Parts: sequence; C-alpha cells; structure tokens
Amino acid sequence: MAVLSPELRGEAERIKARYPAGRERSAMLPLLYLVQSVEGRVTRDGLREVADVLGLKTAEVEAVASFYSMLRLRPTGAHVVSVCTNLACALRGAKEVYAAAHDAIGSHAEEMTEDGLLTLHEEECLGACDAAPVVQVDFANHDRVTPERMRELIEALRRGEVSEPSAGRAPRDFKEASWILAGLGDGA
Amino acid sequence: MDPRRAGGRGVTTDRIITRNWGNPDVFHVDGYVANGGYAGLKKALAMAPEDVIELVKGSGLRGRGGAGFPTGVKWSFVPQDTGKPTYVVCNFDESEPGTFNNRELVDREPHQLLEGLAIAAYAVRCHNAYIYVRGEFLHQGTIVRRAVEEAYDRGFLGKGICGSDFDLDVVPHRGAGAYICGEETGLLNSLEGFRGQPRQRPPFPAVEGLYASPTVINNVETLCNVPHILENGADWFRGFGTAKSPGTKVFSVSGKVERPGNYEVPMGTPFRVLLEEHAGGVLGGKALKAWTPGGSSTPMLTAEHLDVGLDFESLQAAGSLLGTGAAIVLDETDCVVEAARRLLAFYAHESCGKCTPCREGTWWAVRVLSRIEEGLGRPEDLPIMNDLGRNILFRAFCPLADGAVSPITSTLTYFREEYEAHVREGRCPFTGSGPGRRIEEVAS
Repeated sequence: MAVLSPELRGEAERIKARYPAGRERSAMLPLLYLVQSVEGRVTRDGLREVADVLGLKTAEVEAVASFYSMLRLRPTGAHVVSVCTNLACALRGAKEVYAAAHDAIGSHAEEMTEDGLLTLHEEECLGACDAAPVVQVDFANHDRVTPERMRELIEALRRGEVSEPSAGRAPRDFKEASWILAGLGDGA
Repeated sequence: MDPRRAGGRGVTTDRIITRNWGNPDVFHVDGYVANGGYAGLKKALAMAPEDVIELVKGSGLRGRGGAGFPTGVKWSFVPQDTGKPTYVVCNFDESEPGTFNNRELVDREPHQLLEGLAIAAYAVRCHNAYIYVRGEFLHQGTIVRRAVEEAYDRGFLGKGICGSDFDLDVVPHRGAGAYICGEETGLLNSLEGFRGQPRQRPPFPAVEGLYASPTVINNVETLCNVPHILENGADWFRGFGTAKSPGTKVFSVSGKVERPGNYEVPMGTPFRVLLEEHAGGVLGGKALKAWTPGGSSTPMLTAEHLDVGLDFESLQAAGSLLGTGAAIVLDETDCVVEAARRLLAFYAHESCGKCTPCREGTWWAVRVLSRIEEGLGRPEDLPIMNDLGRNILFRAFCPLADGAVSPITSTLTYFREEYEAHVREGRCPFTGSGPGRRIEEVAS
C-alpha cells in the first residue's frame, strides 16, 4: 500500500518546489520527515516512495536516512522521549533523570515498549544548557527536569496526555513532530 | 523576575545584539521595526554591494561559529563572474556541547537574524538564501518559519525589498540530527540531500559551495551583528572588544554556576567577570575546577586562567580557543575523568565514520576512559591516552576529530594527578565507584 496518499503526493511536490529546478534532491530530508509523519518511522516502503519522488534508487535514499538520528528506521513508539546526558546536563543531574526514564519506561526502553507507546533516546547536547537537565518529548523541550518530573511526564503519556512544554506547542505525537519537521503546518 | 529580562543586571551596557532582550515586543516584526529594526537593511540597500562588503571588512567582524574568519573578507571572496547563482546559507545547526546562544538570539529577536541575512545576501548579490535549522530545534524552526512569513508580508523579503530592485527568497531547511552538519561543508552536503559528511577543501565554499556555486555560510550570531554595523559604522563597532577581536560575544554559561545563561560582553572581558558578575559565581560557593571557553571542542582551562580575556588571541595564548563562546563550568567535586569520558562518548557517537583516526580513535578513547573511571584502569593507560590524542589530532579530514582531542589533552595536562589517583586507588575518588586496590607505579 502506498505510504503517501494522492494528497500527500501533492504535498511532496510542493516540498520539492522549495528548491531550485534540477536541485530537487535537497528535498530529501523534508520528504523523509513526510513519510515518517505517516508511518511513525521510515519504513522500506517509505524509502521507496521518497526514491520515487526524487528519481533515485531506494539504496541512495536509505544511505542518507541511516545517517541521521531523527529519522527512525527501526520500530518507534508513538512518543519519543529524549534525555540529554551530555556534560552540561550531566553536571546538573541528567544521569538520574535518564535512569528514572529508563526505569519508568521499562524493558526495551531504547527500542519500543510492547504497547508501541514509548521509545527512549539518550540524547546529545540539545542546546538549552541554561535549563539543564533538558528532556524532549517528541522534540518539545522540558526544562530543569528532575527524576520526579521525568516520571510524571511518562505517566502523562501513558494516560494519553501530552504535557505542556517549556516553550512553544507540544506536538500530539512523534508523527506530528515529523510533519512539522517536514516544514508543513505547525498547528498555529 | 529574571534580572536579565529586566535588563537590570547593572553589570554592563556594552550590549549590541542582546540589548533588546528585555523587550518581548521585538519578537514580532512590528515591534522589531518600532525599535529601529530593518534600518540597517535600508541603509545597505542605498549603498553599492561592494561598499557594504568594505564596511563589514572595516568593522573587523569575525565569524562567531568557531573559526573566527573575518566576515567581510569571506564575502569578498565570492566571485561575481561565474555565471552561476550565488547562495547565502545561515548555519543555525547549533550543536557544540554547551552552546545555546544562537537559540536564544532566535527565541527573542528572529528578525535581527533575517535582517543580517538579507544584508549579507545583498552584499554578495545573492537572491536565494537558506537557513539550516538544527532538527532538534523544533520550536525555533517554527519561529524562523513564521518570522520569514512576517518579513515577506512586510516587504523585507521577496521581490523589490523595501522599494528597491533587490529580490531575495529565504527558505528555512531543517536538519535531522547530526552534529557534523554544523561543519560548513557537511552542512552543504546535507542541504543538497546527501549524508552530512565534510568535503575536501579547496575548493572553498566561496567558490564552489551549494550546488557547486559561490556560497557564503555564516553563523547566526555573526549575522545578528551585521545590521548594527550597517547602522552605526565600522568605527563604532571597533569601539567594543579588542583590536584584533572587535565587538562583543554572547557567551553561554552552563554547568556548576549560580545563574546559567547567555551573557553578551565585550571581547576581551576576563572570564572572572563573566563567571562571577554575570553567572553569579560557582554554584553553592564551591571552588572552580575547570571550564571550557568555547564548547567541548576547546581545551579546558582551570582556576589559574580566571583572568584570561575572552577573545580569539588571549584564549589561544592560554592554550585554548574561543570556539563558540560556551563555558561549561566544573566545580571541585566534579570528576574530570568522567567529564572527559562523557565528552568522548559524544565524539564517538557523532564521528561520521569517514576517517579512521576519528572513527576508531574516539571509540578506543571511550573504552580506556571508561575503565579508568570505573576503577579498572591500568598503569599504562595514561601513555595510551596521550598516544591516542597524538594520533587523532590533525590526522582526520575535519575539525570534529581535533575537537575530540581537546578534552583528552587538556585534562591530562591539568589534572594528571586525578587520573593517577583513579588508577592507583582502583576507584573514582569522587563517586567512590570501582573495586578499589593499590597500584604504586602509574606510568606517565
């Protein structure tokens, strides 16, 4: 089955049109985000369709997709919880925050929970070290997170709620975050 | 209220690009214009492009992304007779650990960046510019997108900007999670739809950059300075900072300080002033152990270097670098071996894999640092670390590898006894973790 509906194929063409004629390959990352916004990860079919839109081989698209950590080629939860543990956050207690997230999410935390809800990602510096330790839920920032707050954020996700981030609007889930990353609507 | 927001720190009035941070109105285009915004662009449009380049050259503005190359000189390298289009790319892929000044510049006053970008584009006769936004900056990507829309609506971007015959289209483009894309040629490959691996230079981007065409790549903070130079002149700008490092720098201060945050100070300001007067000193009144002047890729300095001036030359003379202007502060209770281990884990993760010394060397360094930290260090581990540093430094294609060596060599230089204690005692002296033992002879 096609990943992109006819309507989304039209969206894909508009994404291509952001770049100069003959340079449509520049649409690679936004197109990969577009297929990720449909499937919650980048599947083989998604790679094939991006290749089709750009006139490339699937392997050429896969070679690019596999380079970038925000494009998820493996099974991924509906929500991705990223905990920065780089130095500035580590100095402010990030290890304990990561451990709390790991415990709360349980086994296979770094892959995907059995119910398909959550994926935990140990993140590198998120460029918000004034608010360390920093956690992102579907790339929306939560500042100065304590282990207790970390557990609350995860419990909220389990109840089907998305907590208010420290700035901006929280995406509904990882799929909507991918839609925003494709440079499409940001819901406001 | 955050004293920085009130603009009432009482420390300095020498601020250029953060002077409006106390005023939330400047976030939107109307408030920005009401506070004098886009006047620099209008001034530029009334000048010949060559004169804009000369003015920025004369100001001595140097790139704020790490390399410190003179901005006007960079612009002057763009050839105008190739028959190809010229591109300007703003590097907003801020990801050097400890650095968050570009993020806050966009958070608070995104039009300052767009104005600087438009002036740069006019100066090099470019009509298509890109803003490469770090993928993880989901919110900032949205801010940029909306600010670009506002600027189009008000005629500061698009066709016939401010009634002139200058046209400029700006396309925001989001990255997807790769530190190496902050390196300018890696960024160009990423923007072209490839893996973000760095390119061979020469040819330099000024001659063959994006789509093999002449390209200028500037950091966010660099571009934010440009409107002020246009408005107030080169001599005014040179009134800030030092002779060789004119202007100010927005320093990101994080880790063990009372008030982590971004602070704009004149170049050459002693670190002591930044730490004590702006960031409120070391957290909880503890003693300073170590700090990075310009992000994790710059060699750490110590309490002996409190009076070193924060500018390109002074920091180099002290054995480090200005880098991105990001001070991660460690206090006396923090373990430098663990700090080095965590940073090396970062470089090992972010190494693009192209060059063996970087790909294998960082991986090996993590293994050795981990066993030292865990109390399983061997007497020969310190020479191994020295050796690793020597065999990575300047032996890879891009500066990521050189950056990875900084935490190794600087901590070995200043804190050798701490490494030795880990190996000798068989445990981390700070956390106590490790089996514990006694080794008398530790090689050096």
